[in-house]
Amino acid sequence: MSLDNINDTAANEALIKEVLDQYPEKAAKKRARHLGTVKSDAEGNPTCGVKSNIKSVPGVMTVRGCAYAGAKGVVWGPVKDMVHISHGPIGCGQYSWSQRRNYFTGTVGIDSFVTMQVTSDFQERDIVFGGDKNLDKMIDELEVLFPLNNGISILSECPIGLIGDDIEAVSKKKGKELGKKVIPVRCEGFRGVSQSLGHHIANDAIRDWVFDKGIPEWEGTPYDVNLIADYNIGGDAWPSRKLLEEIGLRVIGSWSGDATLAEIERAPRAKLNLIHCYRSMNYICRHMEEKYEIPWVEYNFFGPTQIAASLRKIAAQFDETIQANAEKVIAKYQPLVDGVLARFKPRLEGKTVMLYVGGLRPRHTATAYDDLGMVIVGTGYEFAHNDDYQRTGHYLKEGTLVYDDVSEFELEKFIEKLRPDLVGSGIKEKYSTQKMGVPFRQMHSWDYSGPYHGYDGFAIFARDMDMAVNAPIWSKLKAPWKAA
Amino acid sequence: MPRQIAFYGKGGIGKSTTSQNTLAALVEMDQKILIVGCDPKADSTRLILNCKLQDTVLHLAAQAGSVEDLELEDVMKIGYKGIKCTEAGGPEPGVGCAGRGVITAINFLEENGAYDDVDYVSYDVLGDVVCGGFAMPIRENKAQEIYIVMSGEMMALFAANNIAKGILKYAGSGGVRLGGLICNERQTDRELDLAETLAKRINTQMIHFVPRNNIVQHAELRRQTVIQYAPDSSQAAEYRSLATKVHANGGKGTIPTPITMEELEDLLLEFGIMKSDDQALAELEAKEKSVG
Repeated sequence: MSLDNINDTAANEALIKEVLDQYPEKAAKKRARHLGTVKSDAEGNPTCGVKSNIKSVPGVMTVRGCAYAGAKGVVWGPVKDMVHISHGPIGCGQYSWSQRRNYFTGTVGIDSFVTMQVTSDFQERDIVFGGDKNLDKMIDELEVLFPLNNGISILSECPIGLIGDDIEAVSKKKGKELGKKVIPVRCEGFRGVSQSLGHHIANDAIRDWVFDKGIPEWEGTPYDVNLIADYNIGGDAWPSRKLLEEIGLRVIGSWSGDATLAEIERAPRAKLNLIHCYRSMNYICRHMEEKYEIPWVEYNFFGPTQIAASLRKIAAQFDETIQANAEKVIAKYQPLVDGVLARFKPRLEGKTVMLYVGGLRPRHTATAYDDLGMVIVGTGYEFAHNDDYQRTGHYLKEGTLVYDDVSEFELEKFIEKLRPDLVGSGIKEKYSTQKMGVPFRQMHSWDYSGPYHGYDGFAIFARDMDMAVNAPIWSKLKAPWKAA
Repeated sequence: MPRQIAFYGKGGIGKSTTSQNTLAALVEMDQKILIVGCDPKADSTRLILNCKLQDTVLHLAAQAGSVEDLELEDVMKIGYKGIKCTEAGGPEPGVGCAGRGVITAINFLEENGAYDDVDYVSYDVLGDVVCGGFAMPIRENKAQEIYIVMSGEMMALFAANNIAKGILKYAGSGGVRLGGLICNERQTDRELDLAETLAKRINTQMIHFVPRNNIVQHAELRRQTVIQYAPDSSQAAEYRSLATKVHANGGKGTIPTPITMEELEDLLLEFGIMKSDDQALAELEAKEKSVG
């Protein structure tokens, strides 16, 4: 049962206070700045101004990752024709084995290596004497094992930064020997406050070790675009690419989900960069804008409202043909949208949703829920920065609860009090939420489903949300104090 | 349990020479001794073994795969009058982590019984306590007394005071104490006075003033201690005297009271080693006038 007073500012502020009261004074003061509600600014536009990208309060349970997670797990790991070395002791590589659900075409172990795990498996000896020689040898072995690899990335784990191993020197040497790109990424986990710095460091590696090594010749068209920062979770990039191609654009690079290194190398030849996950790759888009004068546009392919708005926004960067095509495409898919809404909206209308995801989806998926008639009652990011929250307000309604780097205690308390019909977050929140009797969907991995992008993805998204919210299992839950 | 001592001090001050001469004198007093060299250069046992020890713990471990693959006999050599010698070793300059190497090596030696059946374990540690690894010998259950080798030179005094800070940090959690200062004469102004004053200020003693004597160089060139090379020399007698004092100093170490940078500078001003800004300016002006 949802509350009647949805997105009630006063009630939410009281709830925040109730949560903060449980903390010691110092922790409460720190956390207070990360919790808030959506407010109207002078012009009546909703804004949310919570603090972000600050070190988590010690002692609370945060679900944030580290720079290595951002660089390896998010940015570099999905590049399919490269071998990615987790350079350091075994754990980081072992526990990131298989990658996220970055779908890709190709044959694992032959020409694609995304789900494989390669690590230098540091021993005491490597710490004391340095791991450079091992790394050198390892790259030679990788060449023998996987001759079809098109490049190698070296992702630093913490000890590499502590002992000062010169992975750049190894990269230069091996790159020259092999005639391939060997890319060092200084993503030691102790750097920064979350995985976010890892994204930035990984972007910088693209700049310094891919673009600066030369841009290949390319027979371009005026319609060449890059689809940037779609990681192809559950195949997300594919329906996105399909839409872009349908409106007459040529996608010459799609990163880093299902990407090849060549797609990254030729990116500066595009006419426009289309960025999906702003948080993780705005850096390289800004760089391409400055250095190669390629403009960039943020878009959102979650839910028909945003898809149509984004297609129009993208088409507006091109000529009338493309703009006309965009309208045609939007019209073409309208029956699909109508069908999805006819089937699922009556089952989901008015249901409330709380989200807690990484750096993009807490805002980008909000309107997809709106399209289904669902109401966002709380949302927050793990590792967003100020500019993400600036981009969030207009997706939300006044009074909505907003939480940055939420602790486990806070989130559970918020769920308990707001009693949403659905929580969308990650694996760490999933089972505790379901045990509270609240339906749950994983919004990092789409559970075992997807894609959710594009019109095709929206149909799957709607089905999955219905499946969670209206599953018959919830009617079987009985409070222990009620007679069986 | 053997008595564990350690020699610290500024790089190049003569820690290894002083410690080996002292230990050579101690072995004459029928003490059973183990030296643990904690410097990647591995020169803490050269005068005792009459050659540079090649088989350091870490190099052998690197060859064998890991430190678990080593036997104690592989890394322990016997030197002058039965002194047991080991060297932690470490990476070549500029790579890896020598500090971690020291930790690994000391743990290996301890776990494999190197400390059994000796009266003294002596650690000789490189220049400064740059990181946790090189502080290993002063942590809990390691060296009980630290001897700081110093001289009347300004940087040696700074280093001595810094090492005292390191000892103070671990004095609370473990049993480490400052045994005293060993002043290796450099023939600077009022050197003995200054060493004694600093010792008093940081709550310790100047345990021995080792006079400068070229015979140390002669012995060292022959890869020998003075005790071995010229047992009847006056310098050998100095080292014997130092060894006797160290031996009698067991359990008498103190918790140091390191002084601040400003206090140390004041002390140097007082002794005329450092000049105040006014003094320096006045001198500069006088010099300019004389030139003009």
